[in-house]
Amino acid sequence: MSQQTPLYATHVAAGARMVDFAGWDMPVNYGSQIEEHHAVRRDAGMFDVSHMLGLDLEGADAKAFLRGLIANDVAKLVEPGKALYACMLNEQGGVIDDLIVYFLSDTAYRIVVNAGTADKDVAWMQQRLAATGAAATLSVRRDLAMIAVQGPNARSKTWAAIPGAEAASAALKAFQAATFGDIFIARTGYTGEDGFELTLPASKSVSTWAALTAAGVKPCGLGARDTLRLEAGMALYGNDMDETVSPLDAGLAWTVDFKDENRDFVGKAALVANGTRQQALGLILEDKGILRSHQKVFTAQGEGETSSGSFSPTLEKSIALARLPLGVAAGDAVEVDIRGKRLKARVVKPPFVRNGKALV
Amino acid sequence: MNTPNDLRYTASHEWVRVEADGTLTIGITDHAQEALGDVVFLELPEAGRSVAKEEAIAVIESVKAASDIYAPVAGEILEANQAALDAPESVNADAYAAWLFKIKPANAADVDGLLDATGYQAAIG
Repeated sequence: MSQQTPLYATHVAAGARMVDFAGWDMPVNYGSQIEEHHAVRRDAGMFDVSHMLGLDLEGADAKAFLRGLIANDVAKLVEPGKALYACMLNEQGGVIDDLIVYFLSDTAYRIVVNAGTADKDVAWMQQRLAATGAAATLSVRRDLAMIAVQGPNARSKTWAAIPGAEAASAALKAFQAATFGDIFIARTGYTGEDGFELTLPASKSVSTWAALTAAGVKPCGLGARDTLRLEAGMALYGNDMDETVSPLDAGLAWTVDFKDENRDFVGKAALVANGTRQQALGLILEDKGILRSHQKVFTAQGEGETSSGSFSPTLEKSIALARLPLGVAAGDAVEVDIRGKRLKARVVKPPFVRNGKALV
Repeated sequence: MNTPNDLRYTASHEWVRVEADGTLTIGITDHAQEALGDVVFLELPEAGRSVAKEEAIAVIESVKAASDIYAPVAGEILEANQAALDAPESVNADAYAAWLFKIKPANAADVDGLLDATGYQAAIG
């Protein structure tokens, strides 16, 4: 039996095509995925991301515990509402999940994790809390809904939909959040566009979604969310990294903080011992076809593999993220095995698209 | 769901129209195009190719995924639809107008083994 978000009935009433995603019955599109994609690049679209899980970590040792739990360093968060993207690793340096941590105070953090990994994440965090004896408690916030409003007009349309929100959130810079009544407004996202991610009581989600729709924000499904994040060069857990892939090999070295040499975190020793063995780069298919995940890539330096691939509605070409041998560089010509045929592709440095503009 | 009564169908979501000269025009159903989502790429068989019944002979790719298209009956490919190759989204706009390829069946009676509209609707539940 699939789980449903508080917006389930709203999606069905709007004619969404519902599919199972990580055990949740979610809208994949409301008609055309490509139109939804363009709405986010050109105007404003919104996604129900209530299947993702919010967690609150509170206690005297919350900060020290997180510094040992994740590969990025929460010590650099000092302003309330400031967000940090990080990977939570196992002892082998593989990624248990990627997540966002919001600093509320030195003793209180909000963490948002992926839907498909939520149960194992909570179990791992509880196990680490018990093992370290940290004075901190973890609360699961399934009482919350999350709506991502994204696009060049996302902020202004959000302000039109939620009276009073503008004063609370106009000054937010990227990766900052503020509280407005019972809505947590973060200037974050997963599309490569400006916008907000709103966390709010589940009971308010239907009325807020309706107000955003009335303000001209287009409901978008998870299909468009995937092509948007792929164009933005953002990693998807389970595709671009998992428990067998190190963040250093998945293009996420920028999220691993080694600066404080006195800080130990789970997986650090393995990362130091293994170093970087592969690099994550982008591919643009030059022949006709569509790149998908797990296709073999032939380069002058050896074989690699695509980790995510699709059709890019903005570029009108097929693109992919791939893990390739060290030494491969942007501009290189490579070949990709698609159903037994070797097709030509060009290596690029992601992102492919940001803020509505093609960068490759 | 749009399932015209004058066509024949397969459980793998191809529609088949029997033309006056006995040749077959083949595409994918409205149900299939809706399940696939936005179609962005087609790979169609070349004219002259001999195909076996249920052989995977074409590929349709939506933004979401790649799917095989199967020969409903054995025969010879007469033509692939260049207009559909040039505009894959036409399959979404009208799945029954955007035919994909034509087959000259090896045995005209093979068409009788295909589903009718009622049978196809029952198959997709």
